[in-house]
Amino acid sequence: MKNVYLHSAVSISAQNTFAGDGFLEDMKPISGNTVPAQYPNYKDYIAPSASRRMATGVKMGVSAANKALQNAQLEQPDAIITGTGMGCIEDTEKFLNTIIGNDEEFLTPTSFIQSTHNTVGAQIALGLKCKAYNNTYVHAAVSFESALMDAQLLLQQEEAKHILVGGVDELGIEIITHMRHMEDANSNGIQVPFGEGASFFVVSSEAKSNAIQLVDMDLCSTASENTIQLKLNDFLNKNLVQASDIDVLIAGRNGDNFDSYYDSVSTLVENVTELHYKHLIGEFYTASSFSLWTAYEILNRQALPKSLIFKGEAKSNINYILLYNQFKGRDHSFILLKR
Amino acid sequence: MGVAITGMGIISAIGHSVVESKSSLLASKSGIATLKHIQTKHSGNIKVGEVSLSNADLTTQLQLPEDHNYTRTGLLGLFAAKAALKDANINDVSKYRTGFISATTVGGMDMTELYLKQFATDPEAQKYIQSHHAGDSTQKIADTLHITEFVTTISTACSSAANAIMLAARLIKAGKLDRVVVGGTDALSKFTINGFKTLMIQSDELCAPFDADRKGLNLGEAAAYLVLESDEVIAKEQKTVLAYLSGYGNANDAFHQTASSENGEGAFLAMQKALELAQLNPEHINYINAHGTATPNNDLSESVALQRVFGNNVPAFSSTKSFTGHTLAAAGVVEAVFSIIALQEQTIFPNLNFKTPMPETGLQPVTSMVKKEVQHILSNSFGFGGNCSTLIFSKA
Repeated sequence: MKNVYLHSAVSISAQNTFAGDGFLEDMKPISGNTVPAQYPNYKDYIAPSASRRMATGVKMGVSAANKALQNAQLEQPDAIITGTGMGCIEDTEKFLNTIIGNDEEFLTPTSFIQSTHNTVGAQIALGLKCKAYNNTYVHAAVSFESALMDAQLLLQQEEAKHILVGGVDELGIEIITHMRHMEDANSNGIQVPFGEGASFFVVSSEAKSNAIQLVDMDLCSTASENTIQLKLNDFLNKNLVQASDIDVLIAGRNGDNFDSYYDSVSTLVENVTELHYKHLIGEFYTASSFSLWTAYEILNRQALPKSLIFKGEAKSNINYILLYNQFKGRDHSFILLKR
Repeated sequence: MGVAITGMGIISAIGHSVVESKSSLLASKSGIATLKHIQTKHSGNIKVGEVSLSNADLTTQLQLPEDHNYTRTGLLGLFAAKAALKDANINDVSKYRTGFISATTVGGMDMTELYLKQFATDPEAQKYIQSHHAGDSTQKIADTLHITEFVTTISTACSSAANAIMLAARLIKAGKLDRVVVGGTDALSKFTINGFKTLMIQSDELCAPFDADRKGLNLGEAAAYLVLESDEVIAKEQKTVLAYLSGYGNANDAFHQTASSENGEGAFLAMQKALELAQLNPEHINYINAHGTATPNNDLSESVALQRVFGNNVPAFSSTKSFTGHTLAAAGVVEAVFSIIALQEQTIFPNLNFKTPMPETGLQPVTSMVKKEVQHILSNSFGFGGNCSTLIFSKA
């Protein structure tokens, strides 16, 4: 079975993560109900004629995808796999509101056409004229992880060599406002703003020098705080890794009462430095793709930005990073990376 | 041989079970009619393949509490997924590593479009805020079936369920899962009715796939699921295999967001990949369950692709969307169920409403029920975004 390596990682987020060479140096605090991403200069990545009709998520996705390919010096991937929790919610709301506002009359197709969940994957393929395998996962907080697991499967089974995989979500306006209200009505609700962003990666079965290895990953739909510990143990055992080998844990804490799952996992890997990130980029269904970008940068640069540290110290010599994310106690994912 | 299929469940306009679907297919009885359950200005100008049960009927039959927040997509999905598990004689899902993969395009749109403007203030409506996203119906069905491990949702427009089935097979082949309940569900919605209306590809008559004078598609709603199991489980449990999934292929047309290319490149590549994986030559295919939406663009593009793959010997083919309407994300698995029935019955189902071959290709689908030896069936599903997928089913 082939190994899986990360050849590039690119992220557009509420922080300055896309342009420049820095790594989470000038963090700006985020607050409020929602926080938009810092959008790149789209015309560097998309022809203006094409981007005019694209909604935020499509533009972010296509830009991040193109830069990920450039960084990996790859022209044509063997597969394009995306994950999105809410899909093209901007165009969905737009079309829905025209239906309601115009009482089903005088509608134009553009926003309907762009509202399908696979629009980002399709637009990337169209831009590259890439006729390869193309798939889109839309399963809440494991949308991105499902896409990554599909990529892992394709590489391990030697159905592909180089794959473009990414996660993207845009805020939209209406549904997100209602989701925020529901969250704020609950004192144990999510304590960070809702956010948006796009993170794309080239994953490959080819071992380049300094490539980061995706050792393994696992997903599960539901688990208790106890069973999640058992699952982590199984996962590490299966990969012949001791809990004490893990240098850094990146947890998807968002301040709600389900953070106890992270506590539960954290106690198993006691001596790690634990990082968090949703206080910097907000919570959204594909927010965890940002943590994969973060892990990639940490392993490459051997540096731990202070703004990420939740618990423990800024150690050097980082070899193993474990990512753990869940949403409201379901859709759990483990990703294990190795330098 | 491929991956074994041991169970199936379905609900569509032509029946609420595999048995009912079979009798409708054998009797050439279409389920396409006038819209009943959705209030829309366009109801007089369209024909649809609607499931006759209302949400209240489904709630009762599924024994759900009345204050549930299932969308219609979730209700239809649960109905069919339960039936599939039962058909596969599975009582204890935890006995083997079992996954659930579902496909949908509309997700919770049927409720969102009803309650969007009440979400801010109406506590009754607010329960549907969380059911909007596409993963919601999948999560609910998985929870009800007690499937707790690998659960995910795929959305690649009208090829979604075919891609879900493909993933299920790959997970079993890779040894990651022993058993997968896989399929798709899509309810009719005002959103999709209006969307297809703006594209002007919805017919006001019964759809006539592959006909020279085809006027467009009829939308439909449905849910269907298959149970795929590993050879080890089949051997251990001495299970009856209904059919095998012997090949699959996924390619992108990379031509246009909604239109298919003139030479049907994506479709051609998907069919080629599927044949290659199944280690079959084109002449081994005895029947094609075509995508055949009855839109001018799809049927021409697909016909050209068929001629590119099969040359002058295009096998017997038909589009069963003339029975069910185009059930979007569910289409791939609805047609998988029909293909398996065709293998079991050694019968090919007709392409209803066909009169005149299109001048560009002269291809003529099967127009009446035919008893025939059928060993391998190829089934196509293509979608917006250039997503093209092909599945091949083989006789058990």
